[in-house]
Amino acid sequence: MNTRTAVPAPTTLTTLTMSTATRADARGTHTGPAPRTDTVTGPRPTAPERVRPERSHLDSLESEAVHIFREVAGEFERPVILFSGGKDSIVMLHLALKAFAPAPIPFTLLHVDTGHNFPEVLDHRDRAVAAHGLRLHIASVQDYIDAGTLRERPDGTRNPLQTVPLTEAIQQHRFDAVFGGGRRDEEKARAKERVFSLRDEFSQWDPRRQRPELWQLYNGRHAPGEHVRVFPISNWTELDVWQYIQRERIELPEIYFAHHREVFDRGGMWLTAGDWGGPKDTEPTETRLVRYRTVGDMSCTGAVDSDATTLDAVIAEIAASRLTERGATRADDKMSEAAMEDRKREGYF
Amino acid sequence: MTTTTTPLAETTLLRFATAGSVDDGKSTLVGRLLHDSKSVLTDQLEAVEHASRNRGQDTPDLALLTDGLRAEREQGITIDVAYRYFATARRRFILADTPGHVQYTRNMVTGASTAELAVVLVDARNGVVEQTRRHAAVAALLRVPHVVLAVNKMDLVDWSEKEFLRISEDFARCAAELDHPMTEFTAIPVSALTGDNVVDRSAHMDWYTGPTLLDHLETVRTDDTAADTPARLPVQYVIRHGDDRWYAGQLASGELRAGDAVVVLPSGVTSTVTAVDRLGRRVDAAYALDSVSVRLADDLDIGRGDLIAPVAEAPALTRDVDADVCHLHDRALRVGDRVLLRHTTRTVKAIVRDLPGRPDGLTTNVLGRIRLRTAEPLAADPYAASRRTGSFLLIDPADGATLTAGMVR
Repeated sequence: MNTRTAVPAPTTLTTLTMSTATRADARGTHTGPAPRTDTVTGPRPTAPERVRPERSHLDSLESEAVHIFREVAGEFERPVILFSGGKDSIVMLHLALKAFAPAPIPFTLLHVDTGHNFPEVLDHRDRAVAAHGLRLHIASVQDYIDAGTLRERPDGTRNPLQTVPLTEAIQQHRFDAVFGGGRRDEEKARAKERVFSLRDEFSQWDPRRQRPELWQLYNGRHAPGEHVRVFPISNWTELDVWQYIQRERIELPEIYFAHHREVFDRGGMWLTAGDWGGPKDTEPTETRLVRYRTVGDMSCTGAVDSDATTLDAVIAEIAASRLTERGATRADDKMSEAAMEDRKREGYF
Repeated sequence: MTTTTTPLAETTLLRFATAGSVDDGKSTLVGRLLHDSKSVLTDQLEAVEHASRNRGQDTPDLALLTDGLRAEREQGITIDVAYRYFATARRRFILADTPGHVQYTRNMVTGASTAELAVVLVDARNGVVEQTRRHAAVAALLRVPHVVLAVNKMDLVDWSEKEFLRISEDFARCAAELDHPMTEFTAIPVSALTGDNVVDRSAHMDWYTGPTLLDHLETVRTDDTAADTPARLPVQYVIRHGDDRWYAGQLASGELRAGDAVVVLPSGVTSTVTAVDRLGRRVDAAYALDSVSVRLADDLDIGRGDLIAPVAEAPALTRDVDADVCHLHDRALRVGDRVLLRHTTRTVKAIVRDLPGRPDGLTTNVLGRIRLRTAEPLAADPYAASRRTGSFLLIDPADGATLTAGMVR
């Protein structure tokens, strides 16, 4: 290349120098250290021979999540983990256990119980709490409804009603850091969420006034009455969660795996019949082979048709799915284009 | 239910960032990358189609995939870093999608701070412009290990090799003239609109023999910079168990093994590593970016904010910090300001001694230089040697706001 004389020495235009052979190597190799795809002609510090293979993505995500758990343990007085017994919070608990091993987790747990949760999930929740000798606080939506401070919505959905019991529990117990299993891949408003998300005394989120987050330096400073929501698995996807569950052999509630269940169709979703109010007379029930991708309030969490009874089958199913977890099974996110953003502004996760 | 039957084929993780000027087609490129790698799912695409129709557009506006907030959709701009996730059979990707407007330099700095690769986008018709220089400067300043120059809209310059080479050489010159010269980059001719060389190889540019953008993203080596620096373990938390004390933290760089002679900074006391645990499991060696806990031979007073490093290769202690900075906050930073300096797991008081060339202080999005004096000694490395132990934040002690991002010189 004649023009290269005009180019300053240390710079390389890969496309000008790369040989066909190099590219073939780059494409064909998968195991062991990957060859550099960029051919370097200029001076570059020579790295020592690498013996360590590249870290797997699950190891990277796990290490990052543990780092976040430990940051909170080091910086805050009264952290709490939101724990519902769903897969994300089960993974969170598992990560926290690893972060502080061999000592116990230095946090308590909090569950906002809508009163319409799946019994299998509550059972799993209680067994996990007992197995690890943890302390669980429960904030009950039903209590608020019974006391007349919250009113049942016409559509029977209780998910949006969780915000008040959650924020009041945070104030009452003076929690200063609240761990949630929210993931940025779940929803477009969540994609903008920080790992450390400052909330005012009303738990409100203001997307335009978030602190920039750089490197692995998380700023948890807050005024009295404020708190920080912390999302250690922000960077995980649904598939990562399942792959990690498989790798770590984490036990889950059975409803995540295909089983026969009495369901009825509402708004294109298979809802489980139950005391929460469904089905109406016009909604016939039927028994179907289904499983759940997310677990929330029974009134708005739909099951999906599935014959995946094992972790392998679930992972294969998710990898092939053309629907997101929430798009498939969550009515509460479909209320408007900005449903999640609006609820998060009010204090929801 | 534990029915694990087959071992999991794990892939590696690449964090990368995009930067481009307004109208360079960055949102289209990102949309194309997600769409052609089959990472956009049906319901997301339906939501975008629905929203596009509501705006009177015939074709789905892929930019709506990445604009998540009300204000962004209403104003049709990207106001903040958004993180996108996708995967291929070979690799998992975390994309920090940052806006290109000059007023959002801080967002590009934010995205670049954790990126192992940066894609700088230029419009083939315009070539290297002022914004391109700015993006290159940020990528170089933040020491992003790999840079891709994506020459976009090749369809509008007749797929011309000559134009591509001219732009690549312009960029090479610009990259070499930066305050922190960029040592290498990879140039790829693409058309985000038509999809040429993004995921699928172009049929229009047979003169180009290099990788497509996705090929390159899939094969570039990750996590190689931190491995070459001596071990640094910032202590995050002390795990007490029985009579044992474990010092927990994420190894910022290098390797650490049982038997290593170490010094604890800033106190300067020395000891020997007796055991290394990686998340509850004993290991022979821990590597950069592993979250670990270590035990030492001596009973020392060590806590959060201390740094464990090899005796032979410990960082120097200093109270005078000379650094490159990007100011992030709307409130200006001035000489004489008292701030908190957050470095690794340590927070110390500091005072702004000098802002060379900035008599009026640092305002939002300004890239500049700072001299600080800290109340306690800091064990920092040059940012050029370690992105983790060479970076810091300045925090307003009054309200906790993150003011400034710093890189030690």
